[in-house]
Amino acid sequence: MDFRLGPDSEEFRAEVRAFLDEHITPEMTERVYRTGVSHDEAFTRALAERGWLAPGWPVELGGQGRDPLEMQVLADELRVRDAPTYGIGTTLMVATVLRAVGTPAQQAEILPRALSGQIVIVLGFSEPEAGSDLASAATRAVPDGDGWVINGQKMFTTNAQIGDYVFLLARTNTEVPRHRGLTMFLVPMDQEGVEVQPVFTLSGERTNITFYNDVRVSDAWRIGEVDGGWQTLTVSLAAEHGSAFGSAIERLLAAAEDWAAGTLDDGGRPMLEDLSLRETLGRTMADLEVSRLLQRRVAWMAEAGLPLTTEGPMSKLFSSEALQDRAQDLAELMGPDALRSYLDPTAPGHGEVEHTLRHSLGTTIYAGTSEIHRNMIAQRGLGLPRTR
Amino acid sequence: MELRPSADQQQLIDTFAALYAKESPPERVRAAEPLGFDRRLWDLLVGLGSITMAVPEEDGGWGASLLDLALVAEQHGRALGPAPLIETQVAARLLARTGPAAADLLAQVLAGDRLVTLAPRPCRGPVAGLVPAGAVADDVIVLHGDTLTVVPIGEDRVVPGNLGSMPLADVPLREGPVIATGPAAEVAFESALDDWLALTAAALAAMALRSVEIGVDYASEREAFGQPIGGFQAVGHRLADCRVAADGAGLLARQAAWAAGEDPERFPVLAPMAYGFAAEAARDASYWALHFHGGYGFMLEYDIQLSYRRSRAWANVVMDPRRAYRRVADRRYGPVGAG
Ligand SMILES: Cc1cc2nc3c(=O)[nH]c(=O)nc-3n(C[C@H](O)[C@H](O)[C@H](O)COP(=O)(O)OP(=O)(O)OC[C@H]3O[C@@H](n4cnc5c(N)ncnc54)[C@H](O)[C@@H]3O)c2cc1C
Repeated sequence: MDFRLGPDSEEFRAEVRAFLDEHITPEMTERVYRTGVSHDEAFTRALAERGWLAPGWPVELGGQGRDPLEMQVLADELRVRDAPTYGIGTTLMVATVLRAVGTPAQQAEILPRALSGQIVIVLGFSEPEAGSDLASAATRAVPDGDGWVINGQKMFTTNAQIGDYVFLLARTNTEVPRHRGLTMFLVPMDQEGVEVQPVFTLSGERTNITFYNDVRVSDAWRIGEVDGGWQTLTVSLAAEHGSAFGSAIERLLAAAEDWAAGTLDDGGRPMLEDLSLRETLGRTMADLEVSRLLQRRVAWMAEAGLPLTTEGPMSKLFSSEALQDRAQDLAELMGPDALRSYLDPTAPGHGEVEHTLRHSLGTTIYAGTSEIHRNMIAQRGLGLPRTR
Repeated sequence: MELRPSADQQQLIDTFAALYAKESPPERVRAAEPLGFDRRLWDLLVGLGSITMAVPEEDGGWGASLLDLALVAEQHGRALGPAPLIETQVAARLLARTGPAAADLLAQVLAGDRLVTLAPRPCRGPVAGLVPAGAVADDVIVLHGDTLTVVPIGEDRVVPGNLGSMPLADVPLREGPVIATGPAAEVAFESALDDWLALTAAALAAMALRSVEIGVDYASEREAFGQPIGGFQAVGHRLADCRVAADGAGLLARQAAWAAGEDPERFPVLAPMAYGFAAEAARDASYWALHFHGGYGFMLEYDIQLSYRRSRAWANVVMDPRRAYRRVADRRYGPVGAG
């Protein structure tokens, strides 16, 4: 057994850190936060120039042929610095789907631009009436000549306001069981009939409702088989379910330590000597380590060619729940100081604790809620009967 | 990164798994109660070289890594082994570490002639309280002030009944050979304690996983309201959480034990971290698995109560999880009052 990531990974980490030191400026961090848009064109292109948008892809497709553990190193470092990567994440997720099931024409059209950071692709899965239960999606696509006409609404279409395409889940058949009547489309956002309405969230992250009114899409933009959308969707959701929040726990820990080191208790003793705080800091370190291990297990298994069952959901579920719990614990120990806002100059640790009290709530909801992940683990991981 | 045991390690796992399957099934665990000592299991463990392997080659042992020992500890925890495996391994390693002063005693331990244990807490008064294996050991190593002494255990030991049916004893202190003094004694004691924490973490992580399995088996069989109870989310989701924690605990315990040899700088942080996490995972998994047995879980006849009691006892007798997390902080920030 060996718990080292390997010398290549560590060398790569040093390279990534140097790059981030140069490219992540306080101004960018501030702008990302104030606008709520986790995407920055210049930063994305700089990453692309290094070949780091899809480091795991083969070189001939614009990647670097890096292994899953190295990719994890990159993802970790980006998240520890809270780099604006949401748009990159969704774009690459769709690029991965296209690489698997897209036509040569679709691949030629999209992949080079996706991998060079020229386009943003957003996800149009959730609807006002369908989130966890995506198979009940109601947005309709009806055949029309050599294309389709789409009508419906999507909820939480994050980055739609800057997106070039939306990867859209639509119903193409109402005569069959619901999972079998869905099809995926890649809809250009500048298509007539597409409308974007902003939605503001607790963490400041901006998302949108998107409306589709008689949007005409050529059949060339259908991804995968007609009525085969569920399989296509499953490919992309699997990638999402492997997301992890260890890096956010690392940020939280650093902020709490920053506060503890600079604060005295009522008796004039450094807060860092407070036993209950120390206990919680120790627990936070354990949660961080476990989050990393569960996440690395997924990458290692992928690299070793071992079949994944629910290791991805375990990583996502644990790290997001731990992030939420530890943020709450630490906020209670910090008392009023925890209330100072993110990036407020008076806030200890840049206000990361206040920020985490907000944004951690999203981590247990998007990319599959905790309940959905528990369902998966109970059924596929533990072999329990279907839960209700 | 490689998370699979090597071929040698797999063989080690298989050997001990077979031993525990045969010699430590729940009936034997029960039969050993209330003392919690199965002489035959103990003799077989010693015969297999469980203590000898823990000691470096230059001290007459086989020089197994702490990770190897952790893989054995997993089997021990999974089976709730009623024998003082971890404490005696840790004590033997401590004797080896303190050098010539303890060489004779170590030789007797390796020959299987003496059973030596360690008091996990520094001793302040005239009695070493709740010494693991104290009820069956010949000697206990005690840190008293800045002196490590091998205290012979006499007839005056008191064996209290306890939650985990462990062979614990309150041992009155008496004169015995001193094996280390001053800072060296404390350093040796603290490293022994780290070994103990890492190995117990492995045992508790495996105990947690076994508890989840017991819970899942029962929840798949038992029906209520026309369906297996495992189909209710209130049941399935808790078990899913427990499984995630057990997996995390297992990975962290193995990483901690691995670090003893491969990343020694981090080992003192990882050992208590793994321990705290595994103790809580085992605590929660055994609780929920018991709870989901309904009234049957409360009956002595069902095995889950064995895990419920041991998950708490094995942990608390060494160090409760909260204290373990504070130890993590001590290692990272330095002890309280040092700055
Ligand atoms: C910041 C943010 C960004 C997002 N970005 C995107 C995006 O870019 N594209 C996109 O398509 N979507 C996006 N989403 C949507 C997200 O994927 C959904 O919110 C999520 O899948 C949950 O769906 P819902 O909101 O409809 O909740 P619901 O599905 O209505 O769930 C409500 C509650 O019921 C619980 N629940 C539902 N089903 C079950 C069940 N079977 N068992 C037990 N409990 C259940 C849920 O866990 C939840 O607690 C985003 C969400 C957020 C918050």
